[in-house]
Amino acid sequence: MDSKIKKINIYLIYLGAFFLILPIIAFFINAFSFRWFYPQLIPKELSLQAWVRLKLIPKEGYRTLDGFIDLWLSNPTIIKALINSLSIGFIVTVISIIIALPAARVLGLMNFRFKKTIIFIMVSPTILPPIAFVLGLNINFITYGLSGSFFGVCLVHLVPIMPYVVLTMTGIFANYNPDFEHQARTLGANKFKTFYLITLPAISPGLVVAALFAFLVSWSQYLLTFLIGAGKIMTLPLLVFSTSSSGNPALTAAISIVFIFPAIIILLFTSKFVSGDSAATSGFGKL
Amino acid sequence: MGGDRLKIIVSLSPPLLIIIILFFGGIFYGLLQSLGYHPAIQKYEINLNAYYNVMFSERYSKLFWTGLGLNLWVSFVSTFLAAVFALFGALAIRKTFFGKTICNFIYSLNLPMPHLVVAVGMIFVFSQSGLLARMSAQVGLIGSPGDFPVLVKDKYGFGIILAYICKESAFFFIILMSVLQSLGENYEELAQSLGANKWQRFRYVILPLVMPSLFSASIIVFAFSFGAYEVPALLGVNYPQMLPVMSFEFFLNPDLNARSEGMALSIIIAMIVMILVIFYFWLTQSKIRKD
Repeated sequence: MDSKIKKINIYLIYLGAFFLILPIIAFFINAFSFRWFYPQLIPKELSLQAWVRLKLIPKEGYRTLDGFIDLWLSNPTIIKALINSLSIGFIVTVISIIIALPAARVLGLMNFRFKKTIIFIMVSPTILPPIAFVLGLNINFITYGLSGSFFGVCLVHLVPIMPYVVLTMTGIFANYNPDFEHQARTLGANKFKTFYLITLPAISPGLVVAALFAFLVSWSQYLLTFLIGAGKIMTLPLLVFSTSSSGNPALTAAISIVFIFPAIIILLFTSKFVSGDSAATSGFGKL
Repeated sequence: MGGDRLKIIVSLSPPLLIIIILFFGGIFYGLLQSLGYHPAIQKYEINLNAYYNVMFSERYSKLFWTGLGLNLWVSFVSTFLAAVFALFGALAIRKTFFGKTICNFIYSLNLPMPHLVVAVGMIFVFSQSGLLARMSAQVGLIGSPGDFPVLVKDKYGFGIILAYICKESAFFFIILMSVLQSLGENYEELAQSLGANKWQRFRYVILPLVMPSLFSASIIVFAFSFGAYEVPALLGVNYPQMLPVMSFEFFLNPDLNARSEGMALSIIIAMIVMILVIFYFWLTQSKIRKD
């Protein structure tokens, strides 16, 4: 009886996994097919047409290294969006970590008055929806000339990322023993050396996970970029949204594959960290 | 001690200032404008007209109340089903079986996936000419695409629910796996040696142990799905329309009155989420006191 239930359970698990993987399969079929009509399950013709239209792959006959470089240097929208997404994500992640590091240290290691209130203030952007603050912020950003600027978009991305990084790193510092730093200092190491040789190696596993997921939060941001970017800052999520609304499945699928690529890499890279301590997982609901 | 105090203030101010100025400042300005205060067009009075219009005027009230209903329906159902799906997955994947590592990976695959992509994926899989419809046609279950049920861009929000189940189950799954891992199997073995059957071990041993984390994860997921824009914007219909989409469309309307109403809607969404979170904290606090 028990083994029969077990067998059914396993089949149900396979069924669940099948449904979860279907979208990914659909992305690849759509992106590499040509005239994939209903009710064909497997497309009759494979094609790179969507990628050519996206200007990621040159036309046939030009697929040499030079052809690729020429095409990418002609600055098509997809490359612009890719560069914007990457650079905004990178800048925001670095800034948020630099800002969060001292704050998380204080929150994780010290006790003081109003600590709970401060944590409450920090957490609130992870619970309240972005639409509640960005509509009001929009007018102010227009007044101060931040609307439509790269800097303005970076600034507004800090709002969902900051709480996540501070909280994750507070969790890391809560399990961190600062006594090693005192020993290093007594042995004559200066502040910088102590940080570089003692603190950083101790916190780096958690730090890497926090940084990667902070990057992903910025990477997937649609609403904030759309409103504050005011149509001037094109990023990948904006491109996915507009192509999807205009109803070209092959093109949408191809952009989506570019868009999910870092996510899958990051998951593969972090899977062994992620399943362990839950300190880093608390903020994932925001992704 | 004085040095400590300075250190605390210096370390905490930068992130706090960012959150207070950009986040709370944004909400404050949204609130002011929802109350009709528009210095840009020389309007300085404070009133509740926008709120009244959104909730009770003949023009919008139907849209608002059906939207609120859809919001509650989508958020509750998707949070609950995602949690159940993930709990089932996590419990089964703990055991050893063929393909365990791959299943583990697939069940957490949607964690880093952007919501937008998951929503697009739902269109590709569940639409009437999607992958699932093609599969059904291949095995002869349906003939034309029209025979396949409308599962995306439908008025009951099924597509939105499916997208949230797909996406958020990975979040639940990761949290459950880490909780179950830290618990080990000792409790279950003990219960089994005391004669508890499979159902009893689940109901009286595992469920109470995972419930606190499951519940707090549910709050995050519920709050998110209640206020998120992308998924309902891609997978929803014009009527009934989820509140975040309605709010954003009002806001983009060139008419400035509609703008106030959009802001009023976003404040209403935030207030409902806040009330639910406070209720949750009150619930857990009173439970802790009781225990």
